Amino acid sequence: MAQKTMIQAITDAMHHELKSDEDVLIFGEDVGQNGGVFRATEGLQDEFGEERVFDTPLAESGIGGLALGLALQGFRPVPEIQFIGFIYEAMDALNGQIARMRYRSGDSKSAPITVRTPFGGGVHTPELHADSLEGLIAQQPGFRVVVPSTPYDAKGLLISSIRNNDPVFFMEHMKLYRSFRGEVPDEEYTVELDKADVKRDGKDVTLIGYGAMVHTALKAAEELEQENIDAEVIDLRTISPIDTETIIESVKKTNRVVMIQEAQRQAGVAANVISEIQERAILHLEAPILRVTAPDTVYPFSQAEEVWLPNHKDVINKVYEVINF
Amino acid sequence: MKQVLESIENQFEMFQVLDENGEIVNKEHEPDLSDDDLKELMRRMVYTRVLDQRSIALNRQGRLGFYAPTAGQEASQLGSHYALEQEDFLLPAYRDVPQLIWQGLPLYQAFLFSRGHFHGNQFPEDVHGLSPQIIIGAQYTQTAGVALGLKKRGKQSVAVTYTGDGGTSQGDFYEGVNFAGAYNAPAIFFVQNNQFAISVPVEKQTNAKTLAQKAVAAGVEGYQVDGMDVLAVYAVTKKARERAVNGEGPTLIETVTYRYGPHTMAGDDPTRYRSDDLDNEWEKRDPLIRFRKYLEAKNLWSEEDENRVIEEAKEEIKAAIKKADDYPKQKVTDLIDIMHEELPSNLQEQMEEYREKESK
Ligand SMILES: Cc1ncc(C[n+]2csc(CCOP(=O)(O)OP(=O)(O)O)c2C)c(N)n1
Repeated sequence: MAQKTMIQAITDAMHHELKSDEDVLIFGEDVGQNGGVFRATEGLQDEFGEERVFDTPLAESGIGGLALGLALQGFRPVPEIQFIGFIYEAMDALNGQIARMRYRSGDSKSAPITVRTPFGGGVHTPELHADSLEGLIAQQPGFRVVVPSTPYDAKGLLISSIRNNDPVFFMEHMKLYRSFRGEVPDEEYTVELDKADVKRDGKDVTLIGYGAMVHTALKAAEELEQENIDAEVIDLRTISPIDTETIIESVKKTNRVVMIQEAQRQAGVAANVISEIQERAILHLEAPILRVTAPDTVYPFSQAEEVWLPNHKDVINKVYEVINF
Repeated sequence: MKQVLESIENQFEMFQVLDENGEIVNKEHEPDLSDDDLKELMRRMVYTRVLDQRSIALNRQGRLGFYAPTAGQEASQLGSHYALEQEDFLLPAYRDVPQLIWQGLPLYQAFLFSRGHFHGNQFPEDVHGLSPQIIIGAQYTQTAGVALGLKKRGKQSVAVTYTGDGGTSQGDFYEGVNFAGAYNAPAIFFVQNNQFAISVPVEKQTNAKTLAQKAVAAGVEGYQVDGMDVLAVYAVTKKARERAVNGEGPTLIETVTYRYGPHTMAGDDPTRYRSDDLDNEWEKRDPLIRFRKYLEAKNLWSEEDENRVIEEAKEEIKAAIKKADDYPKQKVTDLIDIMHEELPSNLQEQMEEYREKESK
């Protein structure tokens, strides 16, 4: 099996879908000849032509509206928003229009659109590039929000997203694009949407995260092992809706939870996950569920990024708190 | 049914004063600038070219952060800025740091902006404007607001903004120009058409033949000007400013120019989307070369002048980098502190938490 980076896995997924479904269209700013600013669409225009993979004029609201219009003509659009901070420009198209298409047409129309966008921090970008705005989309009924943390999941989840007949907001953490490789089969495969994944088995505490924070949690778990604390790590993978089944099963085993997100405390989906757990399993809990998050400021000017972003030490501290409660 | 598109498009001619050889081709519009002003304009262009070269080098050494190269666009950026007044309000885009510097933003603060330190955005009192806008188009609608505000306050100054060719595709672009037109507000909207929005050529951005003609739909004045010709850019801006303060409304100015370098220093590779031939063709129109020729013919500029400015720029850049290095590092507690006028309770708690973290 090939070892690939997450960005290669993502390109792979789009390549498969362009090949297997001629209604799949890929478009966005600089995605054509340039292959996208992160090179996610590298080579796709060369292979599939400008009719299928094309640059748009510079306007995110336009990209969103174009996607919906093309969907209404039976296409399966996979638009790219170049950086997460630009979704504000597209907010009406996304939450106001795409997410509501099926509903407002009384289930007579749909929007099988997969909006891809890089997100997350730690790569020293200027303002409004790096951010964790998943909460804004996750709070919109009608949208699915998918966040892979490994190359394998990225490919399988993206193929599933593109094939899904409802809109998916597919978020790719910038720091994970090239930071490591993982096994990615060459052939096509899917990873089920709406399903969390236990990335590490454990019995003492459940660490729940998504995106880059899955790796932060895994790193914390490794260090905790030295102290004989056996942490289970759950990767949500789909953050709206939440896979409560996998989570509750784990909570029943460990009785302790630390929820981790890169987003600010008031943002993201942590509060929702915690709510779901306490509603369903409060009698299984030995301690309050604690959160590791970024503070409630606007995403930091890059010079303060490192301290601002949650790290594995923060996770370890919270684990001790729930264990010693 | 009358078709008007072609006739309207054909009326937009590129305005030029100085040709590629430094010859005046439009005597009637040669601006009435003193010798000192002409020399100062050249000094600024040479200085800014050096600043660009040094900024690229510093970025490569990891001593600067975000940086969008400016070489090629000096006439467009500095010719326009030279026609403004200290009281005017600037709303630049990320590539327009030079205009802020010549408006009075200290160099070390421009470097701190690049490094992602908010002190770079704390302007001196006499510099009216905003830090460079990252969200393409946002500055255009804000400009309409600033301009309307200036008008309501009865000020004799203007709001001035910049975007690129790509920026003209944003809804905000049309909204901003239209609002300013509707309120007859004193605004000048620049479109620096450097031919590419990252990799996307302007031909793919729009079916319009010129970007200046986009003014027509909003019912405001629009000009296309040779953005490699500092005298032409100056002359058009001067006129737009006069119109604005005289209550004659906003102007949209397209400056036709080119960026020699990559889009930004964050991994852009222009060879993926531009040819050497195209680069060379534009470098022949270089704004410094033609203005230098013009000044040399007037005996206003020499090699010594040029070298003196280059050395002066290098020295000042060095000192500014040192000052930026010495500036206190920004902390998360500083960021928490600038979120609100008074810290709300959640942030008070978090302030404590991060104080402790940062004290370790
Ligand atoms: C709303 C928004 N969308 C996308 C971007 C990413 N981006 C930054 S610069 C750029 C191209 C801009 O081109 P242009 O307006 O021609 O200006 P230039 O950079 O050439 O000066 C893009 C797509 C952004 N900063 N903001």
